[in-house]
Amino acid sequence: MTTKPLLTMRNICKGFPGVKALSDVDFTLRAGEIHSLLGENGAGKSTLIKVLTGVEKLDSGQIELNGQEIRTKSPKHSQELGISTVYQEVNLCANLSVAENIFIGREPKKNGMIDWKAINTRTKNLLKKLNINIDVTQTLGNYSVAIQQMVAIARALDVEAKVLILDEPTSSLDTAECEKLFGVMKQLRNEGMGIIFVTHFLDQVYAVSDRITILRNGELVGEFLAEKLPKIELIGKMIGKDYDTLSKTIKSSQNDKEAEKEIFLRADKASSIGNIKEFSLDIKKSEVLGLAGLLGSGRSETARVMFGADKVSSGEIVIKGEKVVLRNPLDAIKEGIAYCPEDRKTDAILGNLSIRENIIVALQAKYGLFKFIGRKEQEEIADRYIKLLDIKTPGREQLIKNLSGGNQQKVILARWLATNPDLLILDEPTRGIDIGTKAEIQKLVVKFADEGMAVVFISSEMDEMLRCCSRMAVFSEKEKLGELEGDEISEQEIMKMIAGGK
Amino acid sequence: MNKLVRSRLFWPLMALIMLLIFNALFTKNFFSIQIIEGHLYGNVIDILKNVAPLALLAMGMTLVIATGGIDISVGSVVAISGAIACSIIDGRIGNFNNSLIAALTLALISGLLCGVWNGLLVAKVKIQPVVATLILMTAGRGIAQLITKGKIVTINSAPKVNEYYFIGAGYLFGIPFAVFIVLIVLVFILFFVKKTAFGLFLESLGTNNRSSHLAGIRVDKLKLITYVISGFMAALAGILISSNIKGADCNNAGLFIELDAILAVAIGGNSLNGGRFSITSSVVGTLVIQCLTTTVYALGVPPQIISLVKAIVIIAICLFQSNQFREAVFGRLMVSKKSKDLSAKKGAQIS
Repeated sequence: MTTKPLLTMRNICKGFPGVKALSDVDFTLRAGEIHSLLGENGAGKSTLIKVLTGVEKLDSGQIELNGQEIRTKSPKHSQELGISTVYQEVNLCANLSVAENIFIGREPKKNGMIDWKAINTRTKNLLKKLNINIDVTQTLGNYSVAIQQMVAIARALDVEAKVLILDEPTSSLDTAECEKLFGVMKQLRNEGMGIIFVTHFLDQVYAVSDRITILRNGELVGEFLAEKLPKIELIGKMIGKDYDTLSKTIKSSQNDKEAEKEIFLRADKASSIGNIKEFSLDIKKSEVLGLAGLLGSGRSETARVMFGADKVSSGEIVIKGEKVVLRNPLDAIKEGIAYCPEDRKTDAILGNLSIRENIIVALQAKYGLFKFIGRKEQEEIADRYIKLLDIKTPGREQLIKNLSGGNQQKVILARWLATNPDLLILDEPTRGIDIGTKAEIQKLVVKFADEGMAVVFISSEMDEMLRCCSRMAVFSEKEKLGELEGDEISEQEIMKMIAGGK
Repeated sequence: MNKLVRSRLFWPLMALIMLLIFNALFTKNFFSIQIIEGHLYGNVIDILKNVAPLALLAMGMTLVIATGGIDISVGSVVAISGAIACSIIDGRIGNFNNSLIAALTLALISGLLCGVWNGLLVAKVKIQPVVATLILMTAGRGIAQLITKGKIVTINSAPKVNEYYFIGAGYLFGIPFAVFIVLIVLVFILFFVKKTAFGLFLESLGTNNRSSHLAGIRVDKLKLITYVISGFMAALAGILISSNIKGADCNNAGLFIELDAILAVAIGGNSLNGGRFSITSSVVGTLVIQCLTTTVYALGVPPQIISLVKAIVIIAICLFQSNQFREAVFGRLMVSKKSKDLSAKKGAQIS
């Protein structure tokens, strides 16, 4: 590993009205290293990246690239300087071909016409470097998110990048896909590129990073060599408190007499064509039920069926002993069911509306068009939940899109709590959220169950599931395989079940 | 002051005030109002009277646009409604005994039905709004022709002609009756939007369809309702227009008026992508359009270039509403504090 600094940022300051996003932050990237940038939501990671890539202007401070001072004016400018960024959400055009995506805006020309042959062969070679062999003339949307992510990286690389920024590239990838990405990252590092890696997954940090820089509340905590910083210490530095509070198991007391718990919802041989094969499931009050399985296993589909978002094609749903037909989410809400969907951005938040409106909307929908919640009551409800869930915002009229991911998730949680549900279904409620907020949400989940609510919990993170759930239904290939309860629940048992189910 | 600038109403209102000031300076007798036989006459009164149909259309259009849709069939619905009303008054269709009530009721029902048709195509069949309403836009004038059997219906000699004429051109307490109609409808709509959850639901589903559906909002039903309201407004506008000329001209009644209605919504500062909306701003937008038309005529601009002059003014108005434009042209000084806050907030997503 060389130690020549490739990029240095010194005394970076950036303020927004009412917030000091970055104060005197230093960051150094050396050529040929993978450098993780860590911190909780709101720590200033994104702002630092934005300042570097020219999305935001910095208030004061210096940036040097290869020993020369630079001041990036726009993302395009920073790209020309050799700083390429791959964002969390793939920002490519799904309806264009892979090759078109890579060369869009800078198509090679021959006799004034676009040289398609060159585009396709260059794309092919580019992707080959990343060990990907696909038909580059196919529409990008036909490929998996992982491939799309790789294409995004390929595009970033083609512009002769010296610095590659990966902003949470793995949040939509599965394990095998992550491995592939890490392989590519290591390869690029060995070729002398400097890579800035932003992620929430700490295991991944240790899997690939050489160095780690931690930010907290817009300030630099420090720069560390990855091998010399144990995970527990890392977490402590990120959240600034003892790891003890996190490591404790928060599962509610196991010896509640399981049998006596009242069944709130029962799915009796229910199925939904194309979504989930026939399954039966009891959901009990005062219990956190986990739906375990890999992405696409049918766990989210099961949740959607119970929320009336997908139609039941056979079998029935019984709530409190009575058969119900849930034609749409509103029917489910009226039965006391609440559902935080998996994809917060497209399925949950109302970006241009205020926090207040985002919170009361489901309650208002439950009440209907004419039983209007007055402005004053709306404000009271919003303020109550902002306080209860500790949502960090200047005020209730702030637009939800201006909040960080964790706080957005809390607003969505508040939306459903406001409807006073009997059953709360949480699909990936902690995805893309920092550890502190994660722990808060996990605690809340268990607390709700202790207070008598039925909770269904879905998460890709096994740790989280093991800590919160007292019973688990395991899914694979759109089918429910079985259930685990109490002491049976362990990572091995679940894996065994999924492996054996095929 | 800050709150005023922040309001959606600010820029359309500014545009209107600027136009009025311009007229005060350059147009002779623009603000003079005469009283003739107990009725008020003058340019300002003309504007109020002539804007009525457009104002009604713009209210309906605002709601449709708030859902992220658009209704380009309103001009044709204007023609259908006028054709039905005039044909009944004139006793050409059905057996209604020239009844005014029957004429108005059936004309309005026709508008509701047109709205239901559009709404079903958009909300249930899931056709894109432009295409869905394009169907009625093209077919509508044909339907109107069928009703009038291809003729221009004039009702000069019909028994109830004066009563019908009163709706669009009459005066009550010296003020055009049409103005009262607009005000009453405006109050109703504002009540519906602000005192029920209708406004919240529309803004919610205009912002994010999927999220709204999963939050329990009946997205399809609400969309349908907005098209029905728009159809009703178009029918009412059709009555005003046909009453004003004592006749129904299927080919020309309400021709291209849908474009003015959409323009009014845009001048009112409402995003055509849906979401946040303001009915009042759209109505002010219609006043801007009407005032501009009257101004251009009053100035004696040659008829050939009238549309050009209008276009230039409207481009200017739309540009002024854009923060980026004001910033680029007048620098940071002129930019209201609001826009600075806004652009800063955009970046305030620190994580």
